[in-house]
Amino acid sequence: MINRILHSTEGRLAAITLGVFVAMAILVPDRFLSPANLTSMAFQFPEFAILALAVSVAMLTGGIDLSVVGVANLSSVIAALFMSHFAGDGQGAGLLIAAALLSLSIGLTAGLFNGLLVAKFGLPPILATLGSGLVFAGLAIAMTGGSAVMGLPPAVAWVGNGTLLGIPVPLVILAILAAGVGWALKYTAFGQKTRMFGANPLAARYAAMGTERVLLKVYGLCGMLSAVAGLIVMSRANSAKADYGSSYVLLAVLIAVLGGVNPYGGYGRIIGVVLAVLSMQFLSSGLNLLQVTNFAREMIWGILLIAVMLINLVSFRSKP
Amino acid sequence: MKSFDWKRNEVLVFAVIVAFCVVAAFSDPNFLSIPTLTDLMRNSIVLGIFAVGAMVVLVSGGIDVSFTAVAAFAMYATTVMLRDLAPDMPWPLAFAIATSIGAALGSINGFLIAICGLPTLIVTLGTLSVFRGFLLTFIGTLQISNLPPGMRDFSRWMMIRGTNSDGSFYSLPWAFMALVIIAAATWVILNRTMLGRAIYAIGGAPESARRIGINVRRTQFFIYVFVGALAGLAGIIHASMARISNPFDLVGLELSVIAAVVLGGARLTGGVGTLTGTFLGVALIVLVRNSLIVIGIPSTWQSVTIGVLILLGTGLPAWQAKRAEARAA
Amino acid sequence: MPTDTQPAPLVTLEAVTKRYAAITALDNVDLTIRAGEAIGLAGENGSGKSTLIKVLVGVEHESGGRIMFDGEPQSRLTPTAATAAGVQVIFQDFSLFPNLTVAENITMTAERATGTVLVRNARARARATEVLNRVGVKLDLDARVERLPVAHKQLVAICRALAADARLIIMDEPTTALTEREVARLLDLIRTLKADGVAVLFVSHKLGEVLEVCETVVVLRNGAKVAEGPATDFDSASLTRAMTGRNVASEPPAPLDPTAPTLLKVEGLVRDGAFEDVSLSLRAGEVLGVAGILGSGRTALAKALFGLARPDRGRVSLDGQDIPLGDPIAAAAAGIGYVPEDRLTEGLFLEQSIAHNIAIGRFDAHAKNGVINLGNLWGEAADWLKRLSVKTPDATAAVRSLSGGNQQRVVLARWMARQPRVLILNGPTVGVDVGSKAEIHGIMADLAASGLGVIVISDDLPELLATCHSILVMKGGRITEVVPGGAGVTEADLSHKLAS
Repeated sequence: MINRILHSTEGRLAAITLGVFVAMAILVPDRFLSPANLTSMAFQFPEFAILALAVSVAMLTGGIDLSVVGVANLSSVIAALFMSHFAGDGQGAGLLIAAALLSLSIGLTAGLFNGLLVAKFGLPPILATLGSGLVFAGLAIAMTGGSAVMGLPPAVAWVGNGTLLGIPVPLVILAILAAGVGWALKYTAFGQKTRMFGANPLAARYAAMGTERVLLKVYGLCGMLSAVAGLIVMSRANSAKADYGSSYVLLAVLIAVLGGVNPYGGYGRIIGVVLAVLSMQFLSSGLNLLQVTNFAREMIWGILLIAVMLINLVSFRSKP
Repeated sequence: MKSFDWKRNEVLVFAVIVAFCVVAAFSDPNFLSIPTLTDLMRNSIVLGIFAVGAMVVLVSGGIDVSFTAVAAFAMYATTVMLRDLAPDMPWPLAFAIATSIGAALGSINGFLIAICGLPTLIVTLGTLSVFRGFLLTFIGTLQISNLPPGMRDFSRWMMIRGTNSDGSFYSLPWAFMALVIIAAATWVILNRTMLGRAIYAIGGAPESARRIGINVRRTQFFIYVFVGALAGLAGIIHASMARISNPFDLVGLELSVIAAVVLGGARLTGGVGTLTGTFLGVALIVLVRNSLIVIGIPSTWQSVTIGVLILLGTGLPAWQAKRAEARAA
Repeated sequence: MPTDTQPAPLVTLEAVTKRYAAITALDNVDLTIRAGEAIGLAGENGSGKSTLIKVLVGVEHESGGRIMFDGEPQSRLTPTAATAAGVQVIFQDFSLFPNLTVAENITMTAERATGTVLVRNARARARATEVLNRVGVKLDLDARVERLPVAHKQLVAICRALAADARLIIMDEPTTALTEREVARLLDLIRTLKADGVAVLFVSHKLGEVLEVCETVVVLRNGAKVAEGPATDFDSASLTRAMTGRNVASEPPAPLDPTAPTLLKVEGLVRDGAFEDVSLSLRAGEVLGVAGILGSGRTALAKALFGLARPDRGRVSLDGQDIPLGDPIAAAAAGIGYVPEDRLTEGLFLEQSIAHNIAIGRFDAHAKNGVINLGNLWGEAADWLKRLSVKTPDATAAVRSLSGGNQQRVVLARWMARQPRVLILNGPTVGVDVGSKAEIHGIMADLAASGLGVIVISDDLPELLATCHSILVMKGGRITEVVPGGAGVTEADLSHKLAS
């Protein structure tokens, strides 16, 4: 039984996550398991988890989306400009909803633009999203001159800092999105096509599966997920800025690969991505309590990524 | 004779550069001047060395995003070492140390990619974090502005020095020769050695290369060590020229460098790439970074401009290739 | 004693065996090749021909037996050692470097063998010129190989072998892509090489060519050598029998109902550079063959009919309704199906389940409001596996685990599930064992009997003659002739028509 668990990528990841959690709980028991720390973790990781979700979906097609942070910032900057322009004296809940819809539609547009570049013009996804990411981030800079957009209505804080039935709102949003994306990949025609396309794009074309539409939808979805992450970041910072979270791009890719998504496409499960995010967060938070700097965490992430790939390599090779 | 191919990226990029210069010359008569040229050349040194390395990796069919972290690591570690152990070390020795550190870090990439067979993008993403994290955790985070004398000497060593009509100075440091030497050496490796032939071969058709007995792993290993060494050298040159060694510098440039190389016609799928194209790509990126304002585009649009250039520079050939493929079907 | 004076053979294989896990790819094969000798190696796909080649050049290592060059036993042969001994392969895909020039390609192996560190351009170009002269062709030394036509690529590959002082050249199916004139030139070249003392291992299933240049024929089946003898002892029937292990008596197709309506009509279809002015009509119940060498436009035509490539001019209509050109989705929706040539890269999703491979075109049909009914999907797949008698325990297994014949049935099931009106099969039995081949022919006949129109493109001329009502001959992008199927025409006739 244990052997079987350790033979699947997700099983090994679950063991690693649990191991990290237990190790941290033993090393800094009073503080790691304190409600304050657990809550603060729950507020921290959803934003990059959602970006990782977006990258994972793109990776499932054998592509990648390096523009996620650019899209997140562009959509949140526009949403913030919109809200600060119309902000009144009240809480601005209605304004927030309108701004959220606006940022989602911007995310969708940006994602469809990526999809168009990849599906219609045949750009390699790395370059398409590298270039478009610069364009999106650049538009945000051009709109704001590079400074933060402030003066947001009070309701905005709820998205990133509020709780719902005692659960942090970002965590609720992440749970809904992860469950939704996981379900869609498994139980919808779109999800099945996405996976099949990633497994063999040429065969998908020869089977008249409608590959261009699938790619458009995939990158559109990536864009919308990025926009949601952008809203959370904006709310937690109480402002929007063109260069927030620029280290998140590589982090999101790292989490996706750590979560067992095959960078060549065709394989990946959302549960793996969620586990990867959790293990990163436990590690990160525990190391933080151990007074380890941010930089050491970055290093440990890198080591973790390479180690997991080496383990996967050995275990794939040992398969008959 | 070979027919001239007008659709090559080199030609397109060259045309864009010329157009840029023409527009700039109209809006600022001082644009076409020696200082502009020396600025362009000076700003191309570090980016150019990086680009040469990135191009060689792309030609072999791989991609490396960790070289900026390698450069920062080699630069800062060397400066710290010099400051604490041998402040009077002459610069050539310091440069050799930085280059060796770079090569050693590159060999880690080489091991993971060539020997273990892991995907290049993911490996170098990982080592980017590791190198940078290790540097900032164990070596230091404080910038060193009081450089050892050897490095200061190097930075003062000018190839060209002059005064403009308005009394301002312009200069080109000897560091530019480093770029020239690296370009020449790389040209020799790529075009005049069997090793270079093998690099193009494994990028063009890895299976064929294996079949005729090319040691693909050894060639790949060499490439990542070579790129690491170039990055180490670029790092120490960067610190010398900036007269400050800041461990937070350089990282973040990697995608711009790859953009320059791809603009110059190197293909992500491997097998294709030239030094001429690479330097044209670098020149264009440097122009956009430094002189966008001259042609009337506010500098806040810099990022958009580079992004659009990347999309056009890679999109046009990709679109042509897609149509050609549809034709060949 | 004559054996004392005779030099040791160039290559000797003694009881060479190669096992991959549970599969025995080569089983105790003995083979002797002497200088200046041409040997024809025949066998079906999967008979062990490619494994034999790989073992001979050191890409794979034998699990048992001995390989000797000039009488010297070789242990753990490497590609470099094989090159040094003068063994060179012209792979079917030529294994050239598309991004390098003609001169660079020709001299790559030879220059590497000299151990030089620097590129010696003058020497290399002189060598390339010399070899090209020896072969008697003129090629631009600076042209990139990716831009050469197929026949020239092959010449470059042969020149590369010669430049490396090849003493044995192994040619893997060298004539599939050549016109008759090019084949004749190749055979001439082989004769010249033989006269120079170069040995040739000619891997082909085309008896005519084998007979023309080879003294000896060796036949492999299931990894074992099943026949060996002077080429003149074989005829088409005995070679087939040796290759397949049985007499393949195929039944002619059921006669076509003269009143059957026309299904597919193609008028004046043109794709510049690929095919010209193609018109044809296909009736319900008809099996139409398309024959032609590689590059004759047959695959381009098939792809154009299915929308994978956009024709420049012309009309395609099904039941009188025009089909939008250049759109596979529209073609599939209109009722055209396409079973591609290269099953592994164009057909299958190897790591995905059998069921998903069957359901690939029907996800939307299995879904309501986008939500898929997985029960339906699995059920339908299981039904098809039963109907096409695919022997597998379950549809959840990866399609990779199936044999070639069963994999092809999965691709067929994928299209049959969509109930097409016209099915285009490109190389329907490539890499399929003899038993499955007959069954796939049976499926094709059943499909036609149920009122479908079937178009078959194949290299396997006996297959076309046995299964088609009529056969279109394509040459240089045009349909040059229509030949009746069945017993009216012999394989040799048809072969001559294709390549002349």
